[in-house]
Amino acid sequence: MMKFLSNTMRRSHLALAVIATGAAGLALMTMHAQFSGRSSQLAGHAALVAELGLTDLALFTEARYTRHPSQADLFTPFQDHPLSFDHFPSGSLVLPQRQFGNKDLFAESLPQ
Amino acid sequence: MTEPNNSYQAGLLSRLGAAKQLYLIDFTLGAMKRRTGRNVMLFSVYLAIIFILGSVMLFSHAIRREAAILLENSPELLVQKLRMGRHELIEGTRLEVLRKIRGVRQAQGRLWGYFYDQANGANYTLMVPREQSKTTAVKPGETIIGEGVARTKGIKQGGYLFLLSETGKLMKLKVKQVFSNQSALTNTDLILLSEPDYRRFFVLPPDLYTDLSLTIRNKREIDKIVEKAAKLMPQARFITRRDILRTYESIFSWREGLLLALLGGSLIAFTILSFDKASGMSAEERREIGVLKAVGWETSDVIAMKFWEGALVSIGAFVFGVALAYAHVFFFSAGLLEPVLKGWAVIYPSFTLTPSLGGIQLATLAFFTIIPYTAATIIPIWRAATTDPDEVMR
Repeated sequence: MMKFLSNTMRRSHLALAVIATGAAGLALMTMHAQFSGRSSQLAGHAALVAELGLTDLALFTEARYTRHPSQADLFTPFQDHPLSFDHFPSGSLVLPQRQFGNKDLFAESLPQ
Repeated sequence: MTEPNNSYQAGLLSRLGAAKQLYLIDFTLGAMKRRTGRNVMLFSVYLAIIFILGSVMLFSHAIRREAAILLENSPELLVQKLRMGRHELIEGTRLEVLRKIRGVRQAQGRLWGYFYDQANGANYTLMVPREQSKTTAVKPGETIIGEGVARTKGIKQGGYLFLLSETGKLMKLKVKQVFSNQSALTNTDLILLSEPDYRRFFVLPPDLYTDLSLTIRNKREIDKIVEKAAKLMPQARFITRRDILRTYESIFSWREGLLLALLGGSLIAFTILSFDKASGMSAEERREIGVLKAVGWETSDVIAMKFWEGALVSIGAFVFGVALAYAHVFFFSAGLLEPVLKGWAVIYPSFTLTPSLGGIQLATLAFFTIIPYTAATIIPIWRAATTDPDEVMR
């Protein structure tokens, strides 16, 4: 097929056609993302989150501070010893917030 | 009369210019064909790097968007009791205190906790649905489970789930429903059970809760309500919906956490590739430039030819790399990222993200890949093309 095309078409035309096909594919994907029609599913999922009062994503289920990062104690990753190394691999992905330790994180909830 | 003539000439010139560029592309492709192995290897590496960068970028953007949409529905304010700096169960009597604060519409105790299954090493999240829950209400003896629990335990709707309580007794629950894959991102490890079952399983006194959730009438009053509640319960920790959203913003932000950890390797690989390209050309390429110059090519022609070489490789790799990344993330559930995200966890959600691909994402990725690579190709060519052909060929 390629040999037939390269015999009948100029190389430049073939190369530009291949790139144009890829670009058209990208345009189709952008349209697919716009009209994928899964917003109703997402709305159903959001309603379930509201009904149950869920607070976190279930991406990392291995430790409690990675399963519910928003609910965990600030010191939980270092529960065995201050500044001890983390046990779980997802601890390297779920890093503490930048405000960690300087009381800014929950500043609004601390008594004045 | 002169105007049409001028426009005809301009049209002819532009057509000639376009024709020249097409001939240059023909020549470039011919030259590239002479080094097929090297160019195929280069294209594959470039494609792989854009595929990895694109996958991580699309995944993190989509998951951040999904987290923001979903967690916008999380409780407005949560109250946790702390004792000696650690989270502790909170008394139900606190609910009355909190309800009296003006602006609080509703205050409810939440029951949720973790259960480590010794049989398969998985961690489950056990939870009691709220009183007003309709679609997720469970009676004693019943349960609703996430798809991850059903998968690891090998049970289906209508089957039975057995859990070994800390008293050593087995609890038998009939599976009323299994949550679908579409909501796995938030409930894959969830086991919903009734309040009496939950208290019996964890041997929990009747008036203790994991934490309290508050519904606030006016969102703008949250800070004031937290301030008032903090005076009444100085030892408690208050987590607002904003804190929850900010936590996830931080985890999926490009400067820290997940994205940085995943991107790091591929960015380094791309830097090495660009530097290798920028550091110089092979002797064969130099000789080729020398010959072209000797037969009368202008410096600008040589640069244009090499520009097309870089542009064809990088645009081709970009277009197909992004297309592959899109398919990988949204049609194949980002399967290659799964081992990284899964870590040591037994349960990992089987979810598909809502597709999202925007002009800004494409432009960012293009800016960080096509431009540095094309520039890295042009600079050494310009250096070789401006030197004397005799010297270059020597």
